[in-house]
Amino acid sequence: MNVLIYLVPIALGLGGLGLAAFFWSLKSGQYDDLEGAGERVLKDDDAL
Amino acid sequence: MSCCSAALAGDIAGLNADPQAMRRREELRHAGRVLADGGADYVLSVPAIHCGKCISVVEDGLAGLDGVETVRVNLTLKRVSVRVAASLAADPLALLERLDALGYPATPVDLGDLSAHGEALHSTELLKALAVAGFGSANVMLLSVSVWSGADAATRDAFHLVSALITVPAIAYSGRVFFRSAISALRQGRLNMDVPISLAILLAVGMSLGETLTGGKTAYFDAALMLTFFLLIGRCLDERMRERARSAVTALARLSAKGATIVEGNQLRYAPLDEIRPGTRLRFVAGERLAVDAVVVAGTGFIDRSLVTGESVPVAVQPGDRLEAGVLNLSGPIEVEALRDAGHSFLAEIQRMMTAAEVGRGRRSRIADEIARIYAPAVHLIAAATFLLWIIAGGGWYEATYAAISVLIVTCPCALALAVPVVHVVAASRLFEHGILMKDGTGLEKLNGITHAIFDKTGTLTQTVAQSPITVLPLRERRIAAALTRSSSHPVCLALADRLKTEQRVALDAVREYPGLGLEARYGALRVRLGRGDWVAEIAADPSGAIDMIDGTALAIEGETVIGLAIAERLRDGARDTIPELASKGISAEILSGDADGPVRRIASLLKIPYRAGQTPKQKLLRIEALKGAGARVLMVGDGLNDAPSLSAGDVSMAPGSACDIGRLAADFVFTRDDLSSVTTALEIARRAHRLVAQNFAMAFGYNVIAVPLAVAGLITPLIAAIAMSLSSILVVANSLRLASTGAPWPVKTQVRAPSVSLKTAEVSA
Repeated sequence: MNVLIYLVPIALGLGGLGLAAFFWSLKSGQYDDLEGAGERVLKDDDAL
Repeated sequence: MSCCSAALAGDIAGLNADPQAMRRREELRHAGRVLADGGADYVLSVPAIHCGKCISVVEDGLAGLDGVETVRVNLTLKRVSVRVAASLAADPLALLERLDALGYPATPVDLGDLSAHGEALHSTELLKALAVAGFGSANVMLLSVSVWSGADAATRDAFHLVSALITVPAIAYSGRVFFRSAISALRQGRLNMDVPISLAILLAVGMSLGETLTGGKTAYFDAALMLTFFLLIGRCLDERMRERARSAVTALARLSAKGATIVEGNQLRYAPLDEIRPGTRLRFVAGERLAVDAVVVAGTGFIDRSLVTGESVPVAVQPGDRLEAGVLNLSGPIEVEALRDAGHSFLAEIQRMMTAAEVGRGRRSRIADEIARIYAPAVHLIAAATFLLWIIAGGGWYEATYAAISVLIVTCPCALALAVPVVHVVAASRLFEHGILMKDGTGLEKLNGITHAIFDKTGTLTQTVAQSPITVLPLRERRIAAALTRSSSHPVCLALADRLKTEQRVALDAVREYPGLGLEARYGALRVRLGRGDWVAEIAADPSGAIDMIDGTALAIEGETVIGLAIAERLRDGARDTIPELASKGISAEILSGDADGPVRRIASLLKIPYRAGQTPKQKLLRIEALKGAGARVLMVGDGLNDAPSLSAGDVSMAPGSACDIGRLAADFVFTRDDLSSVTTALEIARRAHRLVAQNFAMAFGYNVIAVPLAVAGLITPLIAAIAMSLSSILVVANSLRLASTGAPWPVKTQVRAPSVSLKTAEVSA
């Protein structure tokens, strides 16, 4: 069971990383226009 | 010749004298945020944007415009954010004109209002809280599963400790939403749903901490976090929905001026509103809205009084005329003297009436709050009773506390808290598909129970459409009109002249303009007139035959018949079907209009409903109060400023997208399609939503009926609590989603029609 000493913090750390990534994406406005983001993928223009 | 002097005419040339354009430019200027370098940010609401193609068309179209620095379409909110350089910021109307040309009519969103509310911030906060709660509950749940599947003493204690380390900060962060609301409710001496929620969360965490430190067997960390998580989902959905509706409805430019130009001797000075006293002299320039009620002292010109009278045809004013606050100057500068200070102006009066109506709207609160009023005390009483029962039965302090807390956790209204918002969110998106914006879920609840529908006429039951003079007039009259309209700077003349600019012109003598009436000239030996219907009819063959044209513009040659160039009024699409449909649902309809008896009677007889004409805002308000007093539940459908108090007074209200700002703000629902059948669509959705909410509550209560006795008996383990809570929540959500299912009994129209720009002429109606 000693392995838990590593595994639990690692699991939590990875989860925390995901949480931090979510906070960052939220702050950088990636959730402001969900529908638009989906449509923009299909836009075929060179200016990017 | 024009009634205006050369100097004043020069002023008109500087601006685009089309009153429509002037109003839009003014709105846009007010709405933008000016940057340090002289450029500006604008946010435009463009309801016609609906696909990826639209994004490209709008972005590329605007980017091609000189002076546009960045442009970004938001498809979700149907908005465009534009940053422009100083050159374009001076006259930003080109933005709207380009969008019009592309087929995407736009209206500006007031950035001042947006940031003042700071609502976007709120929903982001909720989303963050939700993320933290989700993260916490997922991890704690994993640890709990290990405990339930039989982790032994040391491991269990370790897992409990880790759970505690996750839970305490997560609850401290995510639970604030509930704690804050609970505390503010308790401060006012009330109980709301958040009080038992907060209590349960805190008690569950507290007891679990105690268990953990003493090496106990059971901990409720997972329950506390899951509770928070589920409840936050409901809150988030609720907030998102309101935000979406609000973003579309939020005021365009504010109507009231923020200041005025004061004349002091030969000096002009721009001063804030509170410096204006009765008797202060003001310079009222073109394109500006008057800040206070005033009387004209010097100068003549044309003003747009659509805010006050609902009449969008410009009115000529001369010294001695009274002007109300909110009127828009369309021509040259006029000197006016303030009659009252800003706090007592016409606009302020209307706003006061609305506030008063809002207060008197009856204290019918939301269903969820009503239930909370019964539910919250009941939960606390049961928990307290459980505690006492266990003590009396000799169960000891520990068992008694344990059972009481189980009751609080198990009864915790996960399902109840989700029952309403999920349905409302689904209903809101359903309404959105039909071009109807809902400001608040309460509107939906109230719409369900209405018994009486009141319609305003102009702009609501009818739409005004400008007719082309080319199709109406015979050749000779067309040439006369072309010649006549050249000589005036009256906005209507300019509009007509623009349409007739390719026509040949006949020679006219002695052209004269009569302010407020129209133009007269000699065509050979005959007089010709163009202007107000009744005035024009005086020279016609049959003056009495033109009674119907009294409101419109007309043209006549002496001794011949009058030809109306009227801005025609026609029934709004769907109006004929909507009234009988309402009747079939047991809702009686009537018209309350500020318009004259004749036109109102015509419409009323077409629709076969009772009417009251010539109603002032106050009378409309009284009529609604009377109906409400008689026990009716009133739906008010109107669009004008003079409807605004009644929109606030009705139990629930709807306004077309073409309504004036205050009208849209006062209404619970705004429909953006020209079709009046939106009213019945909204009603149908409201009824279905109501049924689903009732079912959800039944389910949530059913769950409690089973769970509470178990909790009182002390049989609820953390595992059972977790399963029961999730199950009831999932059931409620699944049931709510049925509203989104197809096979709906109402007609589905997929084509979204953009509100036409010409609609704005009926911006404020009688």
